[in-house]
Amino acid sequence: MNHLLEKYATEIETTLAKYPPDQKRAAAMPLLYLAQREYGYVTKQALREISEILDVPPTEIGQLVGFYTLYYDEPGGKYRLQVCTDLPCALRGAEEFLEQLCENLGIQVGETTPDGLITVEKVMCLAGCDRAPLFQVQTAEGITYHENQSVESAMKLIRTWQSNP
Amino acid sequence: MKRPYLLLRHRDIPDLNDLTVYRQHGGFEAFRKAVTTMQPQEVVEIVKASGLRGRGGAGFPTGLKWSFIDQKNWPHYVVANADESEPGTFKDREIMEGNPFQFLEGLMIAAYAVQANVAYVYVRGEFWHLAHQLDRRIQQLHNAGFLGDRLFGTDYSLRIYTHLGAGAYICGEETALLESLEGKLGQPRLRPPFPPAVGLFGKPTIVNNVETLANVPLIIEHGAEWYRSFGTEKSPGVKIFCLSGRVNRPGNYELPLGTTFRELIFEHGKGIPDGKQIKAIMAAGASSALIVADDRALDTPMDYESVPALGAQLGSASVIVIDETVSMDWLIRKTVHFFQHESCGKCTPCREGTYWMKHLVDRIHHGEASQNDVELLYDVASQMRGKCLCALGEFSIEAVLSAIERFPQDFAARVAQQEPAL
Ligand SMILES: Cc1cc2nc3c(=O)[nH]c(=O)nc-3n(C[C@H](O)[C@H](O)[C@H](O)COP(=O)(O)O)c2cc1C
Ligand code: SF4
Ligand code: FES
Repeated sequence: MNHLLEKYATEIETTLAKYPPDQKRAAAMPLLYLAQREYGYVTKQALREISEILDVPPTEIGQLVGFYTLYYDEPGGKYRLQVCTDLPCALRGAEEFLEQLCENLGIQVGETTPDGLITVEKVMCLAGCDRAPLFQVQTAEGITYHENQSVESAMKLIRTWQSNP
Repeated sequence: MKRPYLLLRHRDIPDLNDLTVYRQHGGFEAFRKAVTTMQPQEVVEIVKASGLRGRGGAGFPTGLKWSFIDQKNWPHYVVANADESEPGTFKDREIMEGNPFQFLEGLMIAAYAVQANVAYVYVRGEFWHLAHQLDRRIQQLHNAGFLGDRLFGTDYSLRIYTHLGAGAYICGEETALLESLEGKLGQPRLRPPFPPAVGLFGKPTIVNNVETLANVPLIIEHGAEWYRSFGTEKSPGVKIFCLSGRVNRPGNYELPLGTTFRELIFEHGKGIPDGKQIKAIMAAGASSALIVADDRALDTPMDYESVPALGAQLGSASVIVIDETVSMDWLIRKTVHFFQHESCGKCTPCREGTYWMKHLVDRIHHGEASQNDVELLYDVASQMRGKCLCALGEFSIEAVLSAIERFPQDFAARVAQQEPAL
């Protein structure tokens, strides 16, 4: 039985229709996003299911998860808060911002808060360098941008998550 | 009087990202004109005559690229490169948010010019939200009869699909992008063959940057001569300069090619904060050589011919401003970490070279190094030159070599200091 295929038959069909019929493999990336939406991260079961749908060995699908930074093979916080500290942002105080944010949350970069709510990560340029400090928030549902941030504004956002987990 | 915007037209026209508003301002008339009154070859010729050059970094003439499409192998594809990941670059994002239909119209005209019936937009994964907006807009274009079968009663058909990346700078390189679109690891291909001969799914393919494509409807509407009235002879047109770093007003500035660094940084960007002095400029994001910001550099026109005279490239015109408080050993540590992280690992010189450079910049920055280590770093970087499979490896050494050559005092000071910087 293939849970993804059964639950999302129409969506998977629409995705496959974007590519030529003999190039099903091209749907691997959209299907990995679908799997993360369903399971929170790319589970072993998801790899097997995608592999079946596309007729590509599961190890090759697994390699994609390792290669692309927005796919995860283990669970993280419900909110992945990803601060850009690349050069242009670092010139505008992004490293200090990240440090203070971590202090406020009582965790180190890469760690998850004890309640499992937030994982803080640092990432490369997000194409918002003129609005630093900024971060993106990745959840199973998608990605949102938060720009021109201060530690106060970020903590305010975080408190809305905490009060409504 | 201020010149009206050509690409960032949403700054002049409110709600231009609404299809009705875009059409009220002449939207999709250029596409209609191309499909109903022009031969594909004529479209290619006009774009060639306009002198438009690719805005993704390499500056390759767009019409010429289109003319290379293999006419004996079908179907053809056009792919818009919306991966925008070069540190310091944020222009394609503004176009897709504010003026998305002009970009889509350019993509559609490009597709008609090479007779592609399917086009893809490869959007970086972080632009998840934008990709969903584009999906809705593409659907609106279907409903309005601008996409689909037998457009305007001709036998030309066109469909557009978005494809979301998932976090990998290398997927901006066009052959890595095509691999990624095929559901594989985003690793560059050996070239030749180039994509206009063998591209997506093994078929002839044109890859163009978002900003490049946004110019195309204007050229079809107003003609090549008109387009050439902006910019310089060899670099015609306007360009969006992304200004970031130590500057009072960072942001996107649409200016004619050939505008000087001084005008961009001091007039539009309002200079350096806290009364500090400008020290260096990176013109092509993290992939740039460091330009010493002296009077000669500041008075240099930003176009594809003049910037190389400063020992640098214009690239994507992502201008990062560095002030006197920044030490170059800190700066190259940032760029080297970036490239080491983003190296796809396919070829040894880049994979190993960025690894060793990272080790050395860390030592130097932590005050654990001697002048020998600085020389070793310079050696490692020099040895990578010309040996990498794709330009990422070559980009990774630009800042390193130029920093050591042009700002030796920063490294001498760090080595002498022998204590960690902040
Ligand atoms: C490492 C690397 C990253 C690149 N990133 C981008 C990018 O994010 N966007 C882009 O349009 N071109 C990027 N390019 C350039 C593309 O390979 C290609 O030249 C460009 O998309 C062609 O479009 P154009 O002729 O319209 O500029 C990159 C090149 C390299 C080597
Ligand atoms: S130069 Fe670097 S990024 Fe390019 S193919 Fe080689 S390892 Fe990959
Ligand atoms: S460097 Fe942070 S968004 Fe570009």
